[in-house]
Amino acid sequence: MNITLKYNIEQLCRSVLHDKVSALNVEYQITSSGTVYFPHKICAQKFQELKLELERYGIEVITDQKTILVQKIKRLITTMLTPDSSLPLVKISSFLSDNLNENYRVLSQVFSEVCHMSIESFIILRKTEIVKQLLLNENLSLTEISHKLQYSSVAHLSNQFKNTTGLTPSAFQKIATGKRKTRINV
Amino acid sequence: MKIDELHIVLAEDDRDDRLFFKNAFKGLKIDNKLTVCEDGLALMDYLNTVEPLPHILFLDLNMPGKHGMECLRELRTNQRYADLSIAIYTSLKSPTVGEEALLQGANVFIRKPNEPEDLKKILQEVIYINWQYMTDGLNKDNFMLNY
Repeated sequence: MNITLKYNIEQLCRSVLHDKVSALNVEYQITSSGTVYFPHKICAQKFQELKLELERYGIEVITDQKTILVQKIKRLITTMLTPDSSLPLVKISSFLSDNLNENYRVLSQVFSEVCHMSIESFIILRKTEIVKQLLLNENLSLTEISHKLQYSSVAHLSNQFKNTTGLTPSAFQKIATGKRKTRINV
Repeated sequence: MKIDELHIVLAEDDRDDRLFFKNAFKGLKIDNKLTVCEDGLALMDYLNTVEPLPHILFLDLNMPGKHGMECLRELRTNQRYADLSIAIYTSLKSPTVGEEALLQGANVFIRKPNEPEDLKKILQEVIYINWQYMTDGLNKDNFMLNY
């Protein structure tokens, strides 16, 4: 028997964070940008304990400045790409530089250095992942998906999908459905 | 997920091709180590015992001893290898082989281009895209690339 799940990663991480940080018995606040704020400094031992505890869940405490910046960029991109997001259609470059108060050229350089991929390619990759999810889990049509993700047309969506994966959306759907079926038979 | 060094495995019986792959990976901007298996049987023996498991496997289809497609099927029916990315490549011209490989659970299918430079570009791109899946914990079930 198979059950199919859908989960909200953001919510999942927040619950884990709340559980683990509250166990420290110190005052804290989880802010929306993936940061935990401690009004009073916590001791090195507690910090280490928390770090190890979070690693078990794939949550990593980052200390390197460049990685922190990249993480912020990724978060902003994820928010921007949330289907049906009410964010105004602004240029990515100004959206990121306004929010992070940093020149876009700097952002783009640091991002490529850490991620081995440009911000633009990263956005297309992420967007394609969302298209895949919507195709498979929500059973939406390409027209509906192109509206949800603010593509200018279905043709634009299909072309971008084909350029990124080498597959048309329908070929992808066929293979993914076929894979799920064979797995059920195994 | 934090990865200090990317571990790549290559299963290829041709000496020249092995050398080509080695050089292509040398140009990567990610620290990596490469393990080479000279045929399908050696590959399965290696994977069955190695700990921790490598991150990505480049698998040639036409190999003596054990065919790449057979290795793929075996790997994909074993939970142990659920997190291993598999990239299949071939010079075969058959139009259906790519779809078949992806259907059997390959993440990447590469039909070797005529130009070595093009292949090098593809290999590096595969590594970088796979890197995003690894570091951002994206859904590997949906990781499919067709070249």
